[in-house]
Amino acid sequence: MKHLIIGAGPAGVIAAETLRKSDPDAEIAIIGDEPEPPYSRMAIPYYLIENVDESGTYLRDPKAHFKAQNIEVVQQRVDKVDTGKKNVTLADGKTRDFDKLLIATGSHPISPPIPGLDLPQVHSCWTLEDARNIARLAQSGSNVVLIGAGFIGCIILEALVKRGVNLTVIETGNRMVPRMLDDKAGGLLESWCKQQGIGVHTSCSVESVTAADGDQVEVALSDGGNLSAALVITATGVKANLDLLDGTGIDTDFGVLVNKRMQSSDENVYAAGDVAQGVDFSTGNQEVQAIQPTATDHGRIAALNMAGKGDEHQGTLNMNVLDTVGLVSCSFGLWMGVDGGDSAELYNADEYQYINLQFDGETLVGASSVGKTQHIGVLRGLIESRIELGDWKQKLMADPTLIMDAYIACTQELGYA
Amino acid sequence: MQKSLHIDPGKCTGCLQCEMACSYEHTGTFNPSRSFIKVFTFHDEGRFAPYTCTQCDEAWCMRACPVDAISIDASTGAKVVSDDKCVGCKVCTIACPFGTINYAQTTGKVVKCDLCGGDPQCAAACPTDAITYIDADWTGYDRMMASAAKSLPSAETTAG
Ligand SMILES: Cc1cc2nc3c(=O)[nH]c(=O)nc-3n(C[C@H](O)[C@H](O)[C@H](O)COP(=O)(O)OP(=O)(O)OC[C@H]3O[C@@H](n4cnc5c(N)ncnc54)[C@H](O)[C@@H]3O)c2cc1C
Ligand code: SF4
Ligand code: SF4
Repeated sequence: MKHLIIGAGPAGVIAAETLRKSDPDAEIAIIGDEPEPPYSRMAIPYYLIENVDESGTYLRDPKAHFKAQNIEVVQQRVDKVDTGKKNVTLADGKTRDFDKLLIATGSHPISPPIPGLDLPQVHSCWTLEDARNIARLAQSGSNVVLIGAGFIGCIILEALVKRGVNLTVIETGNRMVPRMLDDKAGGLLESWCKQQGIGVHTSCSVESVTAADGDQVEVALSDGGNLSAALVITATGVKANLDLLDGTGIDTDFGVLVNKRMQSSDENVYAAGDVAQGVDFSTGNQEVQAIQPTATDHGRIAALNMAGKGDEHQGTLNMNVLDTVGLVSCSFGLWMGVDGGDSAELYNADEYQYINLQFDGETLVGASSVGKTQHIGVLRGLIESRIELGDWKQKLMADPTLIMDAYIACTQELGYA
Repeated sequence: MQKSLHIDPGKCTGCLQCEMACSYEHTGTFNPSRSFIKVFTFHDEGRFAPYTCTQCDEAWCMRACPVDAISIDASTGAKVVSDDKCVGCKVCTIACPFGTINYAQTTGKVVKCDLCGGDPQCAAACPTDAITYIDADWTGYDRMMASAAKSLPSAETTAG
């Protein structure tokens, strides 16, 4: 059996390892186009604050691990997939055959049509190469403008602050992380950031970036403001890497459309991670989630099914955790609630504390919190297990911090008298 | 045979000796708020439930880690966090559906039960045998893991 994996990010690497475990004799190869050994984009913020060096971003020990697992790692770009011949064509013209193919090519950053984003002071923050450029330009005391306060923008915001730059964030939405947090939680983040000396402009967009004196650029804002900066970082969304599937006829939408086995419309081709539009646990619809836990779950489920040992999965739960200069926030599932569902909330703006639970009938379907770090994972447990909360729903409505207690009481046999 | 923690909530009197022992073992101070095992109190019923990481087979925390900072201790089977590698991203804390791996603001890393390298101090400290460290064969703890895992649909695809 020849298993071929395109993309050497977390989805591809977890898939390769899972394949090795479930199919010990198979040929397994990962083809990735970045010059570095397989690494984790998520570790980039920690590279930027020099908490780890480049090798600290590597997914595994590049010298020993893949060899020991008998997984071939090829550094090449795949230009074309031929599902009829069951082969792929690499940038160097060579072809590779496959029995089962996994598309784990991730996504690439996209920019809005703002004039001046091609200047050398403007970078996205997606690859290790981007990170090196940012590290070079984001010197202590320099002015930096971050376009976009979405999840990725907010993730790198902390690293930039820790590098000692003067940071201004521009967000077109009416609050920070609008697709992860509600008004109250997003509002807490914004006032927290302002308290830390970060400039935050919400409901505002960048109109142009122009070259100015001394390696600086001028950033013109829709609210009339003008900022001078040594570095502009764009964090304005990503798009799935689907080009290599052109001409295959494989069904795609925002990503590769896959079923509950991570299988595409071609039975020998699977997809996982940021490039896959797989079933969402909460909605049952196919969605691109573009988060690390989903990439690894996808990788595992795809691999088990490629090896013929898998099952249908129940969909992945959308979830995020964010540390914004010391203020931790997270959200899970349908954090914005469902029609006719009850919700419970505790909000203390002075203490930067917030927790919000969303119910559908007797079960928890979504949650978000700010300022809470203990036991937050149990929100996933409560949602994914679809526990009927019974009495505990009323208890949670009265005190939404009792999430761990509710989970234990509802799932464990508390064998007392 | 590998051992595991066996927790019998029925025997727990809520004395919190386990939390004291755990925090002392891992931080050098008697500070229950920094313990990795936590005793939950159900006031209405006057009941107590000690709870910590089950060292579950799925190891969601380990799989989600972007930098390979969580590994399996070959001698105990515990999933152990390497402080050298952990960057503090907290993804494991939302990935573990049991809420038993947590971020410690003081160190900037995550903490979880490591079975104290094979001599769990909570079990040693428990005066009523509510927490014991016994052969992993088929303990109540296993049943507890099984029931908790069964309640999670995403655990279903782990076979094989
Ligand atoms: C700075 C930053 C911080 C982040 N922080 C978080 C976080 O805190 N939490 C979270 O959940 N997520 C976070 N993410 C998102 C997370 O990194 C992604 O969800 C994850 O990397 C997806 O993994 P993947 O394997 O699907 O894709 P990727 O990691 O993008 O890997 C895909 C690989 O395939 C390669 N490739 C693409 N096309 C081809 C081709 N034709 N031929 C060969 N190779 C190809 C790409 O170059 C890439 O190396 C962060 C991302 C960034 C950039
Ligand atoms: S911390 Fe959670 S996911 Fe990790 S081994 Fe323990 S129970 Fe499993
Ligand atoms: S917090 Fe540490 S152990 Fe947890 S996922 Fe991040 S790097 Fe890994």
